[in-house]
Amino acid sequence: MSMPSQQQRVIVVGGGLAGLAATIRICESGLPVDLFSLVPVKRSHSVCAQGGINACNEIARQQGYSEYEHFDETVYGGDFLQHQPPVYEMAHMAPRIIDLLDRMGVPFNRTAEGQRDLRLFGGSLYKRTHFAGATTGQQLIYALDEQVRRFESEERVTKWEFWEFLRPIIGDDGRCVGIVAQDMRTMQTRAFRADAVVMATGGCGIVFGKSTNSVMCNGAAASRCYQLGARYGNGEFIQVHPTAIPGADKLRLMSESARGEGGRVWVPGMRNEDGSWGPHPDSARDPRQVPDDERYYFLEEKYPAYGNIVPRDIATREIFQVCMDGLGVGGGNMVYLDLSFKDSEELERKLGGIMEIYRKFAGEDPCEVPMKIFPGVHYSMGGLWTQYQPKDDLRGMEPDSPINMMTNIPGLYAFGEVNYQFHGANRLGANALLSCIFDGLFSGVGVVNHVRNHSGQPASGMSQSVFDSAVKAEEDKIADLTNRSGGENPYVIAKELGEEMTAASTVVKSGPRLEQALGTLGELRDRFGRISLSDGAVWTNQNLSWTRAVGDMIALADVILRGGLERRESRGSHFRTDHPERNDADFLRTTVATYDSGSGQARIEYEPVEIGLVEPRARTYGRVESEESEEKQEQTV
Amino acid sequence: MTAQQQSNGTTATPAESAGTRTVRFRIKRQDGPGKPVRWETFNVPVQASSAGSGSANVISCLQWIAANPKTTEGKDSTPVVFDCGCLEEVCGACTMVINGKVRQACSCLMDDYAPNDGDEVMLEPMSKFPVVRDLFVDRRRLFDTLKRVKAWVPIDGTYDLGAGPNETPDDQQDRYRLSTCMSCGCCLEACPQYTLEDDEAKWATSFAGAAVISQVQYFNDHRTGATLKKKRLDEMSKPGGVSDCGNAQNCVQVCPKEIPLTESIGKVGRAVTFHNIRKFFSGS
Repeated sequence: MSMPSQQQRVIVVGGGLAGLAATIRICESGLPVDLFSLVPVKRSHSVCAQGGINACNEIARQQGYSEYEHFDETVYGGDFLQHQPPVYEMAHMAPRIIDLLDRMGVPFNRTAEGQRDLRLFGGSLYKRTHFAGATTGQQLIYALDEQVRRFESEERVTKWEFWEFLRPIIGDDGRCVGIVAQDMRTMQTRAFRADAVVMATGGCGIVFGKSTNSVMCNGAAASRCYQLGARYGNGEFIQVHPTAIPGADKLRLMSESARGEGGRVWVPGMRNEDGSWGPHPDSARDPRQVPDDERYYFLEEKYPAYGNIVPRDIATREIFQVCMDGLGVGGGNMVYLDLSFKDSEELERKLGGIMEIYRKFAGEDPCEVPMKIFPGVHYSMGGLWTQYQPKDDLRGMEPDSPINMMTNIPGLYAFGEVNYQFHGANRLGANALLSCIFDGLFSGVGVVNHVRNHSGQPASGMSQSVFDSAVKAEEDKIADLTNRSGGENPYVIAKELGEEMTAASTVVKSGPRLEQALGTLGELRDRFGRISLSDGAVWTNQNLSWTRAVGDMIALADVILRGGLERRESRGSHFRTDHPERNDADFLRTTVATYDSGSGQARIEYEPVEIGLVEPRARTYGRVESEESEEKQEQTV
Repeated sequence: MTAQQQSNGTTATPAESAGTRTVRFRIKRQDGPGKPVRWETFNVPVQASSAGSGSANVISCLQWIAANPKTTEGKDSTPVVFDCGCLEEVCGACTMVINGKVRQACSCLMDDYAPNDGDEVMLEPMSKFPVVRDLFVDRRRLFDTLKRVKAWVPIDGTYDLGAGPNETPDDQQDRYRLSTCMSCGCCLEACPQYTLEDDEAKWATSFAGAAVISQVQYFNDHRTGATLKKKRLDEMSKPGGVSDCGNAQNCVQVCPKEIPLTESIGKVGRAVTFHNIRKFFSGS
């Protein structure tokens, strides 16, 4: 492994949709890529995405839909917190991304005529979601994985699978010039040089203990960049998905497509004289025995226009509230997601993947009985803070600009879920696959331009000392963790962290509860200083890798809690009982967290959001009781 | 820094509480390639499942062991090394041999495998891939073989060139079934013709196995993918190709995605035959 090379190279960290799309685009332009991943890229968390990918299409267009509508829905869904030019660009590129995936061979579901089939999804009244069964993420990542394998066979990509990213290497002029990574089999730690580094490392659900995320989605990679000076944007915005099935090890997603295909959410109840609903004394009985007039379809009643396909933050709060009101199935934290009235053959064809998951893990057939579900932590709208170059009229981004999706560290980029752009305060269903692939394909061009045009010294020619000292810093950190002997158990600390984060900082938050959680976090940080590893092996030591990540999760949890505490309003996924209204005057702002290495805590600042295309409006989705508050809010906007 | 002998000699039993049972895990362990194999047992407390909690599975039990790495003999041990990812049977990472049968560990529920107090579950790594450590094996050969058969659609690039070919819903359903292969390796573990090969130099001539043969069928079935059909069939004609299949049909029995692997093998086998006859007569 000869390290110094004369050739310019790019490092991509993460092999999910964003990382693979970036790799393809960068390779295509002629630069070699080193692709790092904790897991074989085909096993990345993108495989878990189920429902589909949004794009304007000809049928919707002829019904009055357009790319602009897609853009507007995304901004409205995100409660106006996202910068609008990147969203505009994404919505307009979406149809071309679908075509490209189609050419790559993705088995999109088809209509009788052989056209790509479409379905309804949250936050839209038009069918604009393309899908492959209910395993769309898996099918898309396989298509990109196959294209990357092709480049790999031509030796234009080198994969470094089972290598863990430890830190970006920042040169004397402040540019990112490589990374330090560790082989999780041999435990070798070494530096890799590059003229640009793309972080495509996904979300941070594991900070909350149980979530719908895969085990590697702990946010450690993003946290390591943040702790070395990268800003973190909108950390407090965490999406809690309305429909997951609880498990001992994780919460398993039941896709929004279940509702998009007609699935209905209800609880057993009794209608009171005044028309409101109260608990049914026997709400745990066999749901098939519950007559229709004792089924409370609460989303349909409250949101007649959108019904079961209101955006996720709204569906989640309504389900949560129904359970808090004692209306949950059996009085517990559970509501029904009902597909049992649908044609089972059609269900298999369109939703087979999730039906199978429910059968395997819950032991019941959703074709026969309603599924029992509850909300679960799902997606991080926040992430590494990035820049972009808008067009003069704000309608999109300049396609060649090297600053598109670049963090505040020159040469360090963030693509996909780890990028804070696009989704604002709440992501719409089936926009994640789109934003990941869009980042890679669109902003990959800017990465190439950065590499070719930056004025600094090429990474290959830089002195060895900056790389050596970065490796030394990580080796020292490993030695420090290995030498600690206070007896605290890192798995227990992570479990307590997850429980506290879930209790204090998910569906419902308040100032006092967040303060309390920050206190708990301080205790956990102290205890982390006294951990003991249970494995001292110098070969394939997962104990070391996990423990190191727990420290990074604590740093990220601080960003999430502190951002939530400072944001004294409610917006999208962030709902404060002590500040229940949106407050545009003070908080239509991006939260920007910077790391203070002395205290280990985040410093929170705000910066303006680019809202030059769509003026913020009240976000009610036509809720029946909300006309009054809508008028009130419109007056304040 | 491995097991520290505890002097009391008693069995480490987790605190009994209502609704909790103990499952005994017997796990085949190995510190690294070429290191001796040993067996360790761990008692894991498992909560009775209820609506709202769901059943424990092999993964949640291995996670419990990682946090409490003490054997039934009371010896301090180390967290068991294993591979996992999505925990919902779509990533293919957590394949292992459980009670003698290969499967995904995440979908292996304790309600089915160990419903009673004291039930035992045995975990072993797959035997057809080199062990890295404990239950974690090296499956690079599988991905390497996908390269060999050009398992991709050779597009002209990512520029805007319009949509792909239309297809009927039936054709889409056929391709979709093959496209759910998550490269987990279950079919290879169960196959008598697929054997452990440590020597990377021999991978190119060792049996490709059902998963890869089925991918050959998948890409040959796509209109653009079929432009590489001849090259794939050339590869399938060589040693390690489709004729190495012994027709044991174990693969299709163990596939967690119920992919019609034997059907794919049959189709690729016939295509190889026609391909070679045609080559014989055309001389190319």
